[in-house]
Amino acid sequence: MLKDITLGQYFPGDTPIHKLDPRTKIILVVLYIVMLFQAKSWIGYGVVTVCTITAMRLSKIKFRNMFKGMKPMIFIIVLTGILNIFYTTGTPVIPGWPITWEGIDRAAKMILRIALLVMGTFLLTYTTSPMSLTDGLEILLNPLKKIKVPVHEMTIMMSMALRFIPTLIEETDKIMSAQKARGADFETGNIINRAKAMLPILVPLFVSAFRRAEELATAMESRCYHGGEGRTRMKKLVMGRKDWIALAIGIIFLIVVIVLKKFGL
Amino acid sequence: MSEIRVENLCHTYGMDTPFEKTAIENINLVIPHGQFVGLIGHTGSGKSTFIQHLNALLEPTSGKVYVDGKDINESKQSRRDVKWQVSLVFQYPEYQLFEETVYADIAFGPKNMGLSEKEVDERVREAADFTGVTDDLLQKSPLELSGGQKRRIAIAGVIAMRPGVLILDEPTAGLDPAGCRQIMDNIKRYREMTGATVIVVSHNMDDAAEFAQRILVFDHGTVKMDGTPQEVFSRPEELIEIGLSVPRPTAIAMELRKRGLDIPGSIYTHEQLKDAVLKLRGDGKC
Repeated sequence: MLKDITLGQYFPGDTPIHKLDPRTKIILVVLYIVMLFQAKSWIGYGVVTVCTITAMRLSKIKFRNMFKGMKPMIFIIVLTGILNIFYTTGTPVIPGWPITWEGIDRAAKMILRIALLVMGTFLLTYTTSPMSLTDGLEILLNPLKKIKVPVHEMTIMMSMALRFIPTLIEETDKIMSAQKARGADFETGNIINRAKAMLPILVPLFVSAFRRAEELATAMESRCYHGGEGRTRMKKLVMGRKDWIALAIGIIFLIVVIVLKKFGL
Repeated sequence: MSEIRVENLCHTYGMDTPFEKTAIENINLVIPHGQFVGLIGHTGSGKSTFIQHLNALLEPTSGKVYVDGKDINESKQSRRDVKWQVSLVFQYPEYQLFEETVYADIAFGPKNMGLSEKEVDERVREAADFTGVTDDLLQKSPLELSGGQKRRIAIAGVIAMRPGVLILDEPTAGLDPAGCRQIMDNIKRYREMTGATVIVVSHNMDDAAEFAQRILVFDHGTVKMDGTPQEVFSRPEELIEIGLSVPRPTAIAMELRKRGLDIPGSIYTHEQLKDAVLKLRGDGKC
């Protein structure tokens, strides 16, 4: 039930995409997002779509998993579609109706854009373990340390938060089962009753989350953890040839899309 | 009466994902009413998955579970109803306490059953009595209490529903010996007073040997052994082979046998061990 949540989940694998350095992948996702917002014509979108699908094929992530992760976004996608169909001026499809050809064209592009955006970012989190993701992010953000941004502290907080998501989900599952065994009912009744029914889950969950946080803090302190300066890593990130090639390909695609835009395509 | 019948039960977690894992496979057994069953097996052997099927917390991937001849997964209603009849106490149940007072927490189950105020009160007091929770504790917050007390309150919360089948997952995990004894005695007393079926999942072989009438040994999602403690513990080598320990008297008997003494192979209580050793001396006296 709760375990089915795939948002941000990592699927271990041994594909070329999995093997890329996390920094490469983060930069590529940034390039990808820029590229996506530069695309204006269907040709531009076509290029981006081809990119996405090729990367997906390479990473062996199944379409089904992508769509499963996209479920929470469906509301936003549908809403954007509807708003664009109705609120774009142009030639009406049927005279007198507020639906225009331009609106349909724009709605389709918008939906495609959101879908591609979600898919691209999911590719990053599906193929990169949370640990290497935060490691990569920390190195990329390192220059900010110069202006006294606590980069290391921020990334360690992030990796801890990510680390505890599955634990908390598991815990919630356990508490839910335990309360269900005592006859708690989470599925029937109106919204107020259902919200009330959450109390037997939330109270124990908070209690245990605080307990865990305290235990973790104690464990870290007793190992003399003090963050940032002078810490070495278990896994050193190294940019290999494949990373430079991947980045080059990413930049080429970005240029192609920008050039297409310049020519009005 | 609450007879449990399990037919060809299988459960696979994470069907169709890279994390797919079969937890239990093709389990067939009948647990008659009133039996005290000890369920043993090492971590990941499928014990917890199995017990969660007995009150419809998990739906079988395939196979059926019948309580009193009724398929419990028949409808949404039957899945909910079976929870009054077959109650489950999870591992570390103290982590599920949430109410402001101990009283309210024990009353949670009976209230969900839709009982009247008076009946709820009666059941809370009865359950508190069973588990040795005193009156002054009832008005305290569960979070102020000690681990052992919390555990007993959580068990009281389940007993208050007066289930015909009580299932406990590692009820004594993490408690000191006195606390363990107290909990096992509470459970035994509940069974004696109500005639309920009790299933205890345990790592503690001595507990299992002492209390259970029947022992089920789980290994890799299947039932490896099923019999009386006498039968199961007379095959200690097999238990050790699948990574389980044996009751202490059995271990001592094995060691004595290994050193060439004539000790029978079916010892699992201190009493039996004492008798066997005395018999060896020939005079039957200490």
